[in-house]
Amino acid sequence: MRWYELTLCYVFMAAAGVPSGLAAEYEIDQQDKTFMMNNAKVERFSIKVGDTINFKNLDPWFHNVFSLSDISTFDLGSYPQGQHKSVMFSKAGEAEVECAIHPQMYMILEVKP
Amino acid sequence: MMKAPNAGKVPGTQHRRLTLLTAIGLLGAFGWLVPHETLAAPADYQRPELRIPKDSTLTPERIALGKALFFDPRLSGSNWISCATCHNPALGWSDGLPTAIGHNMQVLGRATPTILNTAYNKKQFWDGRSPTLEHQALGPIEAAGEMNQTLAELIPELKAIPGYELMFERAYPQEGITDKTIAKAIAAFERTIVSTEAPFDRWVSGDESAISDAAKRGFALFEGKANCAACHQKFNFVDDGFHNIGLPSTDDPGRYVLVKVDVLQGAFKTPTLRDITRTAPYMHNGVYATLAEVIDHYDVGGVNKSNLDPNMKPLRLTASEKKDLTEFLKALTGAPLEITVPNLPSAF
Ligand SMILES: [Cu+2]
Repeated sequence: MRWYELTLCYVFMAAAGVPSGLAAEYEIDQQDKTFMMNNAKVERFSIKVGDTINFKNLDPWFHNVFSLSDISTFDLGSYPQGQHKSVMFSKAGEAEVECAIHPQMYMILEVKP
Repeated sequence: MMKAPNAGKVPGTQHRRLTLLTAIGLLGAFGWLVPHETLAAPADYQRPELRIPKDSTLTPERIALGKALFFDPRLSGSNWISCATCHNPALGWSDGLPTAIGHNMQVLGRATPTILNTAYNKKQFWDGRSPTLEHQALGPIEAAGEMNQTLAELIPELKAIPGYELMFERAYPQEGITDKTIAKAIAAFERTIVSTEAPFDRWVSGDESAISDAAKRGFALFEGKANCAACHQKFNFVDDGFHNIGLPSTDDPGRYVLVKVDVLQGAFKTPTLRDITRTAPYMHNGVYATLAEVIDHYDVGGVNKSNLDPNMKPLRLTASEKKDLTEFLKALTGAPLEITVPNLPSAF
């Protein structure tokens, strides 16, 4: 995706009045085959229902993100360096989040009501 | 829904969507321009520490016991196949066959992986179904197609051998002969089967004459144009990952059987490249007899394009580049470990 597409997208979102409420968005980096946040390895992370996690690939090879947990089942596919994919968590509970390609990329997401 | 990427400088920062929307958009646009990570530098090729479970530390007694068990065909149902039958130290700790031959001479579906450097693996088996060497060790013993031995039969069989009673007592005092101690002992021995210093390592440590100029050019290709280092990384030349590399002659679902995520359909564990000249034929189905065939496979970006790993792309290597890559791969073979075959404890 190019920057102008992103910008268009934000403009569209703002115009459409995408509901924000108190929902937060967090970025988790995929770096050196590790889930990282603020340059530290993330093994466990807490969010609230409705929050979004944006997974960004900083490595020069493809990563995947998936969860097959009770509260959330998704597969974000494979994407290369520089790209990111996000997922919103709509149910409370715990989700195991993993890269299928590199299973050592594994974290537990605690989704609070 | 599209989301703004954060700027590369502030990873992990939390955002409120609407209030910061425009700012995020601008940061996102510039974040795209932040220089990307570069591939591994030679410092990344240092040998890692062995990861040894706290309840399975190495002692000479445990290693000696594990070695005896590894070479002992009495661990199989037929009393004819040992771990070393397939993981033969004279054949790079593998068997030289395209795919393994098991109980009753059945030809099995996957190649025998080398034992070399499995100590560094984060997952064992081609599909990664075992997390540790301890967990892995009993699998082939019990598999009907492999050693075809139940633990219920094996344990009394070993207990009836006085020499083993003594060796287990020395290795694992008061723990007895159990599935756990058998597995730990075999794992202890396997942790000693690690690669020796290869010419490549001497070059990384500064000896310019350790490898040929062709091998040095091959290394540059390995990390660059040929993109081998997308998966074959660091000391053991693995990423502890699983990829469908588009091999011919296979319909094996691989890791997908364990983890139902599309990308894993036909995906197998990235194998080590250490001592690679000793472990032909290559790939999980042994489909390639030589390194030249392996390089040709990657050069065309994989043969079977179904669910192909997206790191795989046609490389358009020249004939001399292919030779350079082969020279580099040859520089990853070190002196073979000196292994003496143990005398096994007698039945009485
Ligand atoms: Cu990954």
